[in-house]
Amino acid sequence: MELTSPQQVADALTAADYLPDARIAQVVFLANRLDKPVLVEGPAGVGKTELAKAMAAVTDRRLIRLQCYEGLDEAKALYEWNYKKQLLRIQADVDHDWDTISHDIFAEEFLLTRPLLEAIRSPEPVVLLIDEVDRVEVETEALLLEVLSDFQVSIPELGTMEAASRPLVFLTSNNTRELSEALKRRCLFLHIDYPDPARETRILAARVPGLSAHLAEQVARVARSIRSLDLKKAPSVSETIDWARTLLALSIEEVDEAVLGDTLHVLLKYQTDIEKAAKELTSNPAG
Amino acid sequence: MLGVITGFIDELRSSGIPVSMVETIDAMRALEAVEIADRTALREALRATLVKNLRHERAFDTAFDVYFSTLPPPPIAETGEGRAGSDPSHGQGGAGDGDFDLDALIDSLLEAMAGLDEDALRRGAREAVDRLAGMEPGRPVGGTYYLYRTLRRLDIARLEARLLEALLAEADLSDFERRLLDEEIEARLDLLRVEIQEEIRRRLVADRGREAVARTLRRPLVEDVDLMHATTNDLVEMEAAIGPLTRKLAARLARRRKKRAGRLDFRRTVRRSLATGGVPVDPQFRHPRPHRPEVWLLCDISGSMATFSRFTLQFTHAMSTHFSKLRSFAFVDTIDEVTDFFGPGVDFGSAVNRITNEAEVVWLDGHSDYGNSLETFHTRYGRQLTPRTTLIITGDARNNYRPARDAFLGDIAKAARAVIWLNPEPHAYWDTGDSTMSHYARHCTSVHEVRTLRQLEKFVEELTLPGWWLAGNR
Repeated sequence: MELTSPQQVADALTAADYLPDARIAQVVFLANRLDKPVLVEGPAGVGKTELAKAMAAVTDRRLIRLQCYEGLDEAKALYEWNYKKQLLRIQADVDHDWDTISHDIFAEEFLLTRPLLEAIRSPEPVVLLIDEVDRVEVETEALLLEVLSDFQVSIPELGTMEAASRPLVFLTSNNTRELSEALKRRCLFLHIDYPDPARETRILAARVPGLSAHLAEQVARVARSIRSLDLKKAPSVSETIDWARTLLALSIEEVDEAVLGDTLHVLLKYQTDIEKAAKELTSNPAG
Repeated sequence: MLGVITGFIDELRSSGIPVSMVETIDAMRALEAVEIADRTALREALRATLVKNLRHERAFDTAFDVYFSTLPPPPIAETGEGRAGSDPSHGQGGAGDGDFDLDALIDSLLEAMAGLDEDALRRGAREAVDRLAGMEPGRPVGGTYYLYRTLRRLDIARLEARLLEALLAEADLSDFERRLLDEEIEARLDLLRVEIQEEIRRRLVADRGREAVARTLRRPLVEDVDLMHATTNDLVEMEAAIGPLTRKLAARLARRRKKRAGRLDFRRTVRRSLATGGVPVDPQFRHPRPHRPEVWLLCDISGSMATFSRFTLQFTHAMSTHFSKLRSFAFVDTIDEVTDFFGPGVDFGSAVNRITNEAEVVWLDGHSDYGNSLETFHTRYGRQLTPRTTLIITGDARNNYRPARDAFLGDIAKAARAVIWLNPEPHAYWDTGDSTMSHYARHCTSVHEVRTLRQLEKFVEELTLPGWWLAGNR
């Protein structure tokens, strides 16, 4: 699908059950227009990964995901030589001289593509999601730079592989560490924060079928109230969705103190947080 | 337009945001792609290309408001009388004007807020600034004064009460429902505040020009705020930066020299030697055990250090999640261990409360006494120091003219792997008045001026500790 305006991006995402705000729609539109990766930052559970998935659905592209972790290396992110197959090739062929064989075994046939190279080489455009990029070490970040700025991968034995099609790239970060300037410079920056109650109400309505408009609004307002407290871990959007589902399953029509006290553990995951929220919001501090 | 954009980027750079050449070009390309008459589109296009750090967004927003307050004119359905009052030189009009009806204005504002009608709200805000702000042209101010004057004349407290009435569906509310409603009202009043502030900025810019207003409004970035005088807001913003920083510090302290190998691995060496006919040409070594740094933090939490100590305690709190062997101590004129107050899952606010109430940090009069604190520390905990322990002391070394007794620090330093002192005062003030920094400095492995978050980041970045291999081998 051709994305011609931010409004159209917003509409398409909404149709895919992802409710963007003006900023998200604008940045995604720009990324698509300028062929630049988007670095999405924000607290856990506000829909950073969801955004990439929704964009894959909207543009009808395949989603290729690279989950980052400490110790991620070239062989897991870019490519690897299939050395077992190379060995077999050498053993199977005793007639040819070494030059021919050595030329042969570094052919694409023996290349194992990993997510980054796969995204580059895919004939039809894809959505590439590099998830939790803040988890890799600073040194490993450099692996991404060539892909992000020029959409190409250099393999010493084969030369440079350029993108057959420009992928739409999303990088997500929980900001557990400062990413390098070089990486940031190559990306558009998008910070997603907790949604305001109006948008959260709409998200709830879209994600929890059967939820009454009144209850959705109440849930969103309670969520805002709890987020304003100084907590160890504020409730994320996914947690408010869980909470709304819980309320629906218990067929509760109205959130009051008793209900909140009984179901706080769905929203909050730390005992100290639950106690604090119970103390602040309800008159009977239940555990 | 181009001139405004380059001016805007200059302003971002002057407020400390690093904007590279590439990013400038990206911004220009982005502007070609978006509808620049649309303020949101313009703002987000510039933000996404120019600002790559959440901490810089506030500075960006301020600069944007100033530079683009007039450019794409705010979409407003013009009212009948035109824009008579928008010329800043006529901004004098106070509440005394004949045809001005304050009650009618308040009514229309209320209606706009109750119905969330943005256009009406903007119109109302414009009129309010017109009539109530009493702006004087040419004064080099940032507009906060005008904002409060307008809000005061609008009688914000009464506005709040009337908005409550308007939004109140049923009279009988539980505390909980009341709280939710209050927050909603506060959010809507904020909309009004923002509108009024934008209107005031718009007029200031029309009056004095973009550069001048931007200069007045420029505030240091969070990383440049003096830690001794940080506001609560600043501290909240810093909190977000502290997490990543402590993680990095943890990594730095645990780092080892690359060359160092462990003990000889006899079995692997012999096996390797088979390839060379039993001659151990290539000795193999065991992998050294991962280094587990022990960190002890000593924080001065006396009154003069109030803001800074809140920051260091925050830092301690964040560190405690990365180091299993972190011990923290607080001192004023004597020292007490506060490690347990920061146990897992403890919320920061209550930890600070418990420290101020329960920890025994005051011995005589509650004025800093580094000498006594160090002596107490030495007698009570000195024997538990090991060559793996890194000691980090935070404080201004202002001893209230009491004896420094730095020999104790010397003994402590001998027993520990390293002693690092972080001083929140500018280097030039050390050793002036009652500061005894140099007495202590000569026993420390290193002393750093940490007046801002940026300096703390630099300290973490450049931290290298001596005696790694010593620490492992002893």
